[in-house]
Amino acid sequence: MDRLAFLLATGLARGAIFALFALSLVLIWRAARIINFAQGAMALVATYIAFAVTGFTGSYAAGLATGIVAGAVVGFAVERGVMRFARHENPLAGVIVAIGLVMVLQSLLGILFGQAYRPMRAPFDESPLVVAGVPLLSPYDLFVLVVALAVMAGLAVLFTRTSLGLQLRASAFAPEVSRILGVRVTRMVTIGWMLSAAVAALAALLLVPTELGLNPHSTDVLFVYAFAVAVVGGLDSPVGALLGGLVVGVVMTLVTGYLGATVAPIGVLVLLVAVLLVRPTGIFAIREARSA
Amino acid sequence: MTRILPSLTGAPRTVTFGAVLTVLALGGTFLLDPYRNFQLATIAATFCAAAGLTLLIGLSGQLSLGHAALMAAGGYGYALAANGLAGWGVDGVARFALALLAALLVSGLLGLLLGLAAARLRGPYLAGLTLALVVALPAVTAAFAGVLGGDQGLQVAYEGVPEALELLIAIEQWQAWVAILVAGVVVTTLAVLRRGRLGLRMRAVRDDDTAARLNGVRAGRVKVTAFTVSALSAGAGGAVLCAVTQSVSPGAYTLAFSLLLVVAVVIGGLGSIGGAAIGSAVIVLLPWLIGTLAAELPVPAEVAQRLSGNLSVLVFGALLIVVMLAWPSGLAGVRRRAPAVAARPQHPIPSVQQSTTETER
Repeated sequence: MDRLAFLLATGLARGAIFALFALSLVLIWRAARIINFAQGAMALVATYIAFAVTGFTGSYAAGLATGIVAGAVVGFAVERGVMRFARHENPLAGVIVAIGLVMVLQSLLGILFGQAYRPMRAPFDESPLVVAGVPLLSPYDLFVLVVALAVMAGLAVLFTRTSLGLQLRASAFAPEVSRILGVRVTRMVTIGWMLSAAVAALAALLLVPTELGLNPHSTDVLFVYAFAVAVVGGLDSPVGALLGGLVVGVVMTLVTGYLGATVAPIGVLVLLVAVLLVRPTGIFAIREARSA
Repeated sequence: MTRILPSLTGAPRTVTFGAVLTVLALGGTFLLDPYRNFQLATIAATFCAAAGLTLLIGLSGQLSLGHAALMAAGGYGYALAANGLAGWGVDGVARFALALLAALLVSGLLGLLLGLAAARLRGPYLAGLTLALVVALPAVTAAFAGVLGGDQGLQVAYEGVPEALELLIAIEQWQAWVAILVAGVVVTTLAVLRRGRLGLRMRAVRDDDTAARLNGVRAGRVKVTAFTVSALSAGAGGAVLCAVTQSVSPGAYTLAFSLLLVVAVVIGGLGSIGGAAIGSAVIVLLPWLIGTLAAELPVPAEVAQRLSGNLSVLVFGALLIVVMLAWPSGLAGVRRRAPAVAARPQHPIPSVQQSTTETER
């Protein structure tokens, strides 16, 4: 029972990170109708920069802040430099270009830093706090949960309560009409990419110290799980990303805890197949018009 | 090929063309040293999978990132069957043929299951599902380590040269022959399907699902068939690769390898089988070439090692981006465009065949 409580609590913290990363995928999907397969690699570039800054200044906060800014810069560069030129009439073009980007970024990081794992230290204690005799969350897990939830709340406010959020939503749903009404749609798409990449960078920065270790491939797993989360939740739905993230996080931690880490990817595969067979566009997706 | 064999049309021409190319490739093995023949066998095996994938992506518009897993399914099917048959005392060509059938059965079944899911999914969802499949492959082999051998994978008994040919050719050349023959049969079949009704229906479903259905095409069934056919050819490639390298393991079929197959298909030109052949040769030879060059460079061993592993991936990634953005029809498009312009005055009315090749892009 103690073990179950511990796994549930850790699963929630981990799920919050998956949810955050999945949310970043949902942001790009809504802004540009692209599944950004390069999201993990882009976040990793930001993580390497944060690692360097933390090493240089000795301050975790400076590293975290630089990492998030770097994430936004990478998002800007990718959108303006590459993605803008992908043909929109062919939905595969964006995916394939993103795959090319993954290969370029990962191999560049590999050439610059080598394949070795670098330890990245968490800013807080990682041993679990004991509540009423039951070991639960570590202070770091608590920090992760608070940061993730705060960012999600911030994004919700941004999208529903501000003029920028309104413009972002408008240009995603009806680009032509928005353009007529004076919204700078291309700028909004770029801002969407920057926001999304910054959120992804934050998620990677939170997960690397405890789970992954820094390596040119460390975000591969995060991407696959977060993608599963986004699909399970429905690519269009931020709420789906949040709930899906928590569910996948808890399921994964339980599977890992009781059956071993090697089985976890099978758990994700089974979950994906099960959800997609029942609801091919995810649980929270908006129903599309019938095609035939 | 129209000019060489003007009287042959349709499927017989495709088959004749495939047979001629296969015989030429078989003859070509006499010009190569053993290591080159081994590379040729690898290219032929990759070509099977890439040709199936190019059909799937280019014609039916379904992107699979999991074709490495389908190759692995073929490889494991082959290894399990070959080892079982060896236990019963079956060997030689019979063992290879039966094990190949088993490989096709395994990969075909997996492809059918995936195809059933794929028929309901749109682009990114399918890409994600197949991505999860290839990522889960090591976990699957670890979970069934008793049968599949975990990380070590499975070893397959040595497949010797038949006695009749023993004096004539070396083992590497024999393996290249086997690989080329299988690739020849698989790819010719794919080419015939592509020209036939299935190819037409796949294009119809890709271009406009609703219009295709209004014309009586059963879109779901076409998608499932496309995925299964593509999985069968990937499985054949996996089986050949297993026979040539005498082993199959999860380490050989990573996500990176899956992405390389996509690279082969894209740089060759989506939907073009000739392009897939060129792409397969590029993805097999370029890493080897870069590795050889990096070893020659006067840099410290550690740097050379970093370069040899990553430089080819960097080049492939850059190629993928550039080709997709600037040149979406790939290498095949270049070749196709040039003669088309020259031939136009002679054919004032474009034939059906020409217009279908136009829409393939």
